[in-house]
Parts: sequence; C-alpha cells; structure tokens
Amino acid sequence: MRGVPPDMVIRPTSEAELADHVRGTNNPLRIVGGGTRFIGDVGPADVLETSGLSGVSLYEPGALTLVAQAGTSLGQIEALLATEGQRLPFEVPDMRGLRAREGVSTIGGVVAANASGPRRVQVGACRDSLIGVRFVDGSGTITKNGGRVMKNVTGYDLVKLMAGSHGTLGVLTEVSFKLLPIPEAAATLMLYGLDTRAAVSAMAAALGSPYEVSGAAHVSASAEGYPVTFLRIEGFAASVAYRAAQLQTLLAGRGELVVVTDRVQVDRQWQSLRDVEAFHGTMEDVWRISVKPSDAPNIIDAMPAHTRVCLDWGGGLIWAAVDPSTDMRAAIAPFSGHATRVRGGTQDSIAAFQPEPLVLAALAKGLRAKFDPRGVLNPGLM
Amino acid sequence: MQMPLPDAAVLALKSVLVDRLLAILPSDAVIHELTETRAYECDALSAYRCPPLVAVLPRSTAEVSAVLKLCHTMGVPVVPRGSGTSLAGGALPTADCVILGVARMNDVIETDYDNRFIRVQSGRTNLSVTGAVEADGFFYAPDPSSQLACAIAGNIAMNSGGAHCLKYGVTTNNLLGVTLVLMDGTVVEVGGAHMDAGGLDLLGVICGSEGQLGVVTEATLRILPKPEGARPVLIGFDSNEVAGECVADIIKAGILPVAIEFMDRPCIRATEDFAHAGYPDCEALLIVEVEGSPAEIDEQLALIKTIALRHDPVEFRESKSEDESKKIWLGRKSAFGAMGQINDYMCLDGTIPITALPYVLRRIDEMSKQFGLDVGNVFHAGDGNMHPLILYDANKPGDLELCEAFGAEILKLCVEVGGCLTGEHGVGIEKRDLMSVQFTDADMEAQLWVKDVFDPAWLLNTAKVFPLHITDARRAA
Repeated sequence: MRGVPPDMVIRPTSEAELADHVRGTNNPLRIVGGGTRFIGDVGPADVLETSGLSGVSLYEPGALTLVAQAGTSLGQIEALLATEGQRLPFEVPDMRGLRAREGVSTIGGVVAANASGPRRVQVGACRDSLIGVRFVDGSGTITKNGGRVMKNVTGYDLVKLMAGSHGTLGVLTEVSFKLLPIPEAAATLMLYGLDTRAAVSAMAAALGSPYEVSGAAHVSASAEGYPVTFLRIEGFAASVAYRAAQLQTLLAGRGELVVVTDRVQVDRQWQSLRDVEAFHGTMEDVWRISVKPSDAPNIIDAMPAHTRVCLDWGGGLIWAAVDPSTDMRAAIAPFSGHATRVRGGTQDSIAAFQPEPLVLAALAKGLRAKFDPRGVLNPGLM
Repeated sequence: MQMPLPDAAVLALKSVLVDRLLAILPSDAVIHELTETRAYECDALSAYRCPPLVAVLPRSTAEVSAVLKLCHTMGVPVVPRGSGTSLAGGALPTADCVILGVARMNDVIETDYDNRFIRVQSGRTNLSVTGAVEADGFFYAPDPSSQLACAIAGNIAMNSGGAHCLKYGVTTNNLLGVTLVLMDGTVVEVGGAHMDAGGLDLLGVICGSEGQLGVVTEATLRILPKPEGARPVLIGFDSNEVAGECVADIIKAGILPVAIEFMDRPCIRATEDFAHAGYPDCEALLIVEVEGSPAEIDEQLALIKTIALRHDPVEFRESKSEDESKKIWLGRKSAFGAMGQINDYMCLDGTIPITALPYVLRRIDEMSKQFGLDVGNVFHAGDGNMHPLILYDANKPGDLELCEAFGAEILKLCVEVGGCLTGEHGVGIEKRDLMSVQFTDADMEAQLWVKDVFDPAWLLNTAKVFPLHITDARRAA
C-alpha cells in the first residue's frame, strides 16, 4: 500500500485483513464506522471503514451479555436485544439529525465516541456498560482487553481507555457489553416555566431522592416557546406510579406539573431530548459541554447573548447552539469541565476537542506514541 | 512465589534515604527500625511476607509528592499501601522498597448533595465514606466485604466490587475524579465533579492499575440516595444446575436485584455449624435481595417467587422483618469465618459467564477429589464472580503448594469457559504468573505501555500484576 495517495477507501471484512492493512500502510488513516458521529479533522488520509466487520458473535440474555463485531449497525443490535426485552443501558443518541448526516451508526463508533444519552445519570456512560474490546493498534497488532463478564479486574482496564478515544489509540474490531432489561413502564414528569436555576435545583432534588430518576433534562424554550423540565422514571408499572406520586409531592410548589404515562409519548419525548432535536436543521454551531451540574446556570449566564441551550444529566451536560465560529471555551474557563464542538467549524481554526492541561496532554501524547508510534490512526484528531 | 532480588545499591542507601525522608516528613511519619517496619511486611495475603526498607505515613498530597520525588531521584522503589487488606498481595513490600501508606490521610474534603459527590482523602475507609453521608440519606455503593477496614486508595487501585455491584457497579463506575501523584512527584488532577473525560479516559485506566501508575491521594466519589428499604429472600435447591437456571430466569424476567448470592452444600454446612442461621439442608442456596418502597419490594419478591417455584425449590423463605432479614444474611456474611474454623483456606476470585455455572461447579468438585482438598463455593451469582474457598493445612508441608496448584487449575477453568482470573480482588502477586493464561504477550504489552508512560523509571509496585519474565528488562533498565 505504500505510496498510494491518500483518500482511498479501505473496507476490510475481517479483523486479520484490517490488521494487515494497518501494518502495511504508512498513510494516515481516517477511522470511520458509519460516519454519523465523527467530529474534528484529521487532514488528508485514507478512509478505513469498519462496517465490513459485522455480526453479533454472542448474545446471552440470561447473563445480560452481548458481544458484537465493531462494524455491526446499532439498529441491528437494538432490534435483536428488543426481541428479548433488553437494551443497551446508556441510551445511545442518534446524531444524524443534529449533524445533518446520512449513514448507519455502528456499535464501534458508539464506543469510540463514548456516546451516552439521558440515562447516563442513572446507569453511567457507554464506558460503564462496556466490558470488553478487541482492537488493532497503530502497528497492526491485534490486542484484547476485558472480556464478556461484568466483573473483571484482571490487568489494566484498557476497555475504559478505548471508549471515547475516537480511534486514536486503536481500531476497534469487537466490543462486549453488559445489558439491562427494558422496564415494563415509564413516565415523564414535566415541570413548566422554570428558569435555568430553578430547573437545575428541581432536577437535583429529584436525582437526590430515592425514586430512581433515569432522566433529568431541561429545554429553555420548547416548541411552544416556554421552558420545560423533564424527569423520567422507569420500572414495573405499580412502582412507576408510586414514584411518580412521591416525586409530585417532593416537587410541589416548584411549578405547574404534568405527568405523562403513555409509553409511546414518553419514549418520543426522551428520543427528542437524547437527539437534541431542538437544534436540528439550523445554521448554528453546536457545542456539547460537560460540567458540574450546579455550575450550569452560571456558565450559561457567561455565554454570548442569543445562545440557545438544552440541559441534560441534571445540568451536567449543556447543549449550546451559537453563531458559527463562536469559541465557547471562554464561558467555561473559570469552571471545571470541558467543551466539544460537535457541529460547525469548517470556517475557523477552533479545535473540536478541548485542549487539555499540560500534564494530562503529555500523558495522552505518551500513550498515543506507544499505541500508534507511526501516528497513522486519526492523527491530530483529539 | 518468586520475588525479584532486592537491589543491593538501594539497600546500601538506607541511612541516607532515612535522613532525607526525615528532612521532608515529621519524624513520626518515617518508620525505619526493623521492629517497626515488620508491621508492614504483608497484607491480607499473609502467606507472603517481607519487611520493607522504610515505611512512610504522609499526611498530605504535598508530602506524598515530596516522598515520591525523593525516591525517584534516588532510584528507590515504592509500594503504595491503603489499609493493607489486599487478598492478592497488592501491598506486599520488597526488601528494597519504601512502603507509602496513606492511612493518615482520611479527611472528608467536600460533601455536595446537589451534585451527588463526596471528595475524600484516599486513606479514608470505605465504610466511613458512607458514614459521612448516611445521616443525610446517601451512601457510597461499592461494598467490598472488608469495607470496615479497607481504604478508598486500595479500592481504586484494585477497582473493588462487593455484593451489590449487579445494580450499582464497581469502584470504576462510582469514581468521578482523583488527585494522582506520579512517581516523579508531579501532582495531576484527573476528572472531577463533571461526568465525562475531556480527552482520553485516563481515570478509567488509573482505576484498577494496582498502584503501578501513581499514588492516589484524593478521590471524588459518586454518592447515591439511599433506597427506601431492602429485603432478601432465601431459596434452597437440590441441585446447583437448577439454582443456576433460576438465577438466569430472574434476570431474564426483567428484575434487577441488588444482590444474588449463591452458596453450595459444603459452605451451607460449614456456616450452619458456625453461625446457626437456620439454613435448609440442601445442595444450593440463593439469597436474592431487592430494594424500593415496601410495595415495590412486595411486587418484585412476588415475581421472584413465581419464577423460583417453577424450579421446584426445597425452600422459599421470605423475610417478614428486619430480624429475619438479618438472619438470612447471617450465614452468608459468616461464610468465610465459618470455613476458617474448619481449616486454613485460600479464597479465589475468578469470574465466569453465569451460564457456565453448573459445568464449572461440577469440574471444581471433580478436581477437589483429584487434589484431595475440600472446597466450598460462595459467590455473587448475578455477575458470575465466584469465590471458591479451598481448605488446606498451613502446618502440613506441601499443602499450601498443593492448594495453590488446585487454585491455579480452577482459575484456568474460569478463563477456559470465557471468564477471567479475578473479578474484584486484583492480580497482585497471587495471580501474576497466571496472566499468560488469559492474555497474549501482545495483550500484556499494550498494558505495559500505560505503565511505561506513567512511570517511565519503573519504580512503582513493579513486581506485581505481570509475570516477572515479561517485565525483567523494564525493571532492570
């Protein structure tokens, strides 16, 4: 492959073929699953697609375990799990609408981006459900870590390191998850008219209660133009009814409150929040900002005027839509956290990923130099 | 168990080292007389002992940093230590090392209920983290059985679990951030009160790295609101297979108990003789605990009962009171002590896919006869984390070696059926030489790269986790 000019597309159909290609090339590689989540820029590169590595290798409903090839489509996995009443716990967002992308999301891409939706507040992120990986490093060596059991402390946990590494340490070839049952019932509590401070406070009260809230989100302007705060509970029907009533009591006096129990409507609401539909189809840049939840109101106050925001994770995740080429990092600079630009950025030099403090950046650079000594895997991306 | 020979050049430095340590630490924080360093000669894997060159007990991140910087400059190996409760030898010293104990660093730094976290110094014990927040209705979820004594530092090093991980996850799922001191004394903040890493998930690989990447001095931990209540049931079966099927059926039914504990006949017998918990005389016993309001608990237990009755249990005992709940847990919680009354024992920690349970228990029984050593099985069935307890006589020459050989065979079996060597105790020195059963050299090399980056001088807890022949060149460099 040496000497082939960049921009060819390689689509291996086996792990061995993928490893051979990485070993044999000196060209930079842009690692792509379905391309629906890819952010940032790697410059001129060959495209290495993983969608040819497809199929579920193992599914044991009684052990809540799934093992799949990295290129398997997310849709295929979700459909298979649904036949047994199970799901990936972390509620994967579909980024196609937000980013105006076509394509089929792959499970490897989900892991590479550590993509996690509203249920992250209850069950953790993608990395918390991920129990095993196989990957090809930058030298073309096949490596495994973790496995298919949910308790495993044998050796270092490279599984977590690979989640969210955006293909910069290795090309994922196989991923394993622990699963959860799909609950029998779900309900949304909707609180109307709260400003950001009041909304974050209400969400903290709900998340700090024993009623197992599995989603806490806020939109400052709904389609009808007023603020709505959403809280979700899931479980057996009687339990959901009980907890909904308890939460109503707990939140009494904070605003007008409506409970939605229709499953289709509840699922639709959370899909809309998960996929940030409020920002679909506009020209604004979109930022994803991870912060300490109670800092969210102050950070939002520090953002440029006209910024539109949606909150998830009880305030811990701010989605912000702003004029193109606005650098949002100034707003969070006094606080702990970080901002990633997930839409926009073709016209400026603002980095998609937030530059890290020096010591962390040096450690990350050191790891990349070990895992990918020739710098061929998504070079310069993060 | 082979350990590397101590470095004679380092041993010769002892008096210089002690002087320099005394220049940066208060005198009560430097322990160097042999009579006193003996207190640090082992952890809970007490079959292996070696007094360290020196032990230090710093009180702050700045002191930890100064110690590490000094040791780095002088080329002295360091073994970090929490409370010394490791069952894997994670805190076993070498004769040429400084033991760096964090036990004196046990303050609560910040409690934040709105954001649901607590920040503590890492020497704080696991149970006292919950102790600091329970009056306000919160708790810290990971609950290793040594939780009264074990330190958060050690929990992070080993990524400790406990009985309730099926619902709440293990340490790594409840850790938000750490202050880490690198071997050269550099202090770095990793993670924090926000939820996701901005760049690579370094926190994810620091947790479970067995004290080989740096010394954690402070930790931000996720705390959770306490459930309204919890109640267990006890279910007895006349075969291990059926008990295993029942576990799978409970999980498939969409119930997520906080704990599913399993005991086999030898264990049931031993605990009955010891603790008189009133367990039925049967082959296998499950303790299933669910949480919620009284009505929610009733609903879940009714479902579990329906499922259990399909499997023809010899006993289904529902707790009707706090006292009965305690009694159901009593036997399980005294299981290790009960086995210890019979003889010395070695506790294994392999994890298996729960579908392989009946096969693995049958094979362990066959091997028990072959090796001539008795085994009791007690474990977290919901997540497949087994704890076979092999009985042996420490005073009988050759018995420990026989027991270790038997244990190695069980762990190989765990890997063979798709599981792993250790689910929550860590590798330490105990399983170090079995790593090649689970990993190829390339798999281990990728892990070693992480250590190369965090500890390029290879001075931190180096004789652990990886087989010595794999790390020889790095340790010698």
